[in-house]
Amino acid sequence: MSNQPYVFHPIASRPPPRPVGGLLPWIQRNLLDGWTNVLITLLVLVLLALAVPPMVQWGLFNAVFGPDNAACRAAAAASPHGACWGVVAEKYRLIFFGRYPYEQQWRPMAACALMVGAIVASCYRPFWRSWLIGLWAVVLVAFFVLMMGGRFGLVPVETSRWGGFPLTVMLSTLSLLIAFPLAILVALGRQSKMAGIRTICVLYVELIRGVPLISVLFMASFMLPLFMPQGSTIDVLVRVLIGMTLFTAAYLAEVVRGGLQALPKGQVEAAQSLGLGYWQTTFKVVLPQALRLVVPATMNTFIGAFKDTSLVTIVSLYDLTGALQLALGDADWRKFFFEGQLFVAAIYFVFCYAMSRYSLWIERHLNTGTRRQ
Amino acid sequence: MTSETPIIEFAGVNKWFGEFHVLRDINLRVAKGERIVICGPSGSGKSTLIRCVNRLEEHQEGKLVVDGTELSDDIKAINAIRKSVGMVFQQFNLFPHLTVLENLTLAPMWVGGVPKKEAEERAMQQLQRVRITEQAGKYPLQLSGGQQQRVAIARALCLTPKIMLFDEPTSALDPEMINEVLDVMKELAHQGITMLCVTHEMGFARSVADRVIFMDHGQIVEENTPDEFFNHPKSDRTRDFLSKILAH
Repeated sequence: MSNQPYVFHPIASRPPPRPVGGLLPWIQRNLLDGWTNVLITLLVLVLLALAVPPMVQWGLFNAVFGPDNAACRAAAAASPHGACWGVVAEKYRLIFFGRYPYEQQWRPMAACALMVGAIVASCYRPFWRSWLIGLWAVVLVAFFVLMMGGRFGLVPVETSRWGGFPLTVMLSTLSLLIAFPLAILVALGRQSKMAGIRTICVLYVELIRGVPLISVLFMASFMLPLFMPQGSTIDVLVRVLIGMTLFTAAYLAEVVRGGLQALPKGQVEAAQSLGLGYWQTTFKVVLPQALRLVVPATMNTFIGAFKDTSLVTIVSLYDLTGALQLALGDADWRKFFFEGQLFVAAIYFVFCYAMSRYSLWIERHLNTGTRRQ
Repeated sequence: MTSETPIIEFAGVNKWFGEFHVLRDINLRVAKGERIVICGPSGSGKSTLIRCVNRLEEHQEGKLVVDGTELSDDIKAINAIRKSVGMVFQQFNLFPHLTVLENLTLAPMWVGGVPKKEAEERAMQQLQRVRITEQAGKYPLQLSGGQQQRVAIARALCLTPKIMLFDEPTSALDPEMINEVLDVMKELAHQGITMLCVTHEMGFARSVADRVIFMDHGQIVEENTPDEFFNHPKSDRTRDFLSKILAH
């Protein structure tokens, strides 16, 4: 021990140690680290070797891609089997557009392109401005004019002949578009100080959540007309849309409520202390934060709702899956249902995966700055 | 006290949280420009008392008049009063999804109807006042606690309130950041604004307060000038409390 006064020497910051890069060191670290890992790696390699070549052979090398029924049957009978993608080549118009008149099918195609375009545009945050609402109004009107016809020299097409992809996209988009604001109102209503409003919202959520979507769709399409004045009918599409919207909104309302409850009480108090009224507080302070918190759960509900549109087949609407059943009604091609299902599943997967990736992206994007770095 | 009409007047105010009697027969007159420090043990009702002033809490009995308006269920009147009463919270309560500047312009634009450009100019002036202009574009969570609390003070000042309420403004801060907030509050105190401050910073109370109020069990136990309060406390309860917080 010396009598020198203690001097504080700051230690300069150094970069952290970096792991050795490259493929071989990675393999060594992750796949061949210890004999258990070597064993597991070998096992997985064997399984892959057993599973992948037959799949590739079936789906690619032995497969028939043209709409050639005889070749398809030969490939199916041969050993090893070959897939018959010919069913898709032959029936894709029916799968995509259902029973919509064949020579008019450019219309649902254009309508879908508009709708999907609007959805993609809405995903981009700098476009979240008031004109986006106008864009949606125009797109929706254009969609229905194109699909229904009877205007601008377009041949009228009854809604009962709508089907396939346009039906799936329209039902899911419109029901979510209406369900989302409705869900926010219901979630706010459940927190209302007014007992009447609160009771109505609780009843609504519990009743709708308590029954399967199939029952809701049945009730919407068969019971709703009973409440209507005699002689007036609502289109089955509208009835189904109402049913799906009410169903999705009940689930979304609970998701939104979760976000509202996660918000610290101090946020509302701070807004109130600044003189902001209820709706100003709700729109400027509460919802922007609460909805950010529930992006993953919201997207979960959206993806579920998108896939649930396939249930409308039970009230004789032919969405993507329904249209596939129509296509497989052809006795020549019926035995290739598996390839048809795979194709439709792939379409669903593309959309759901896109939604899922978008959810991750927007979550990160929205949280810029609002999380401690 | 002056004979002038008080800017805040509690007359026989009582409040309960369920069965718990949290404010008991509160009588208090605050003159315009007066600086009051309220202290007392936790659970004594001091926060509830100042939260009644901008009706974050509702009193159930008695009369409470703020800036000439009696507080009642009239939501319009309450929102008007809230414009002239600024509040600073223990947990800052800045809006984390808005930048510092947006935090400051929100109320002037949506409550005061001030155009964006003017609101931003005013906001920058307030940020200057709390010496934090360089952080205007950042989000609250990117700032230190002391900086956040100064932003919160600036936000409350943006509506040019007549009364400022401080609810333990330094209790959530690291020791090294307390002074930067207290300094801002001291400057404010010398600018003639009415202040009600719940705090245990006794140094601040001594140097700034016109009156110190000591509360316990929902009651005002004692009120006096800081000098008298600290040097010649009247009640045993006050002496006991002071001995605990001034001992170290």
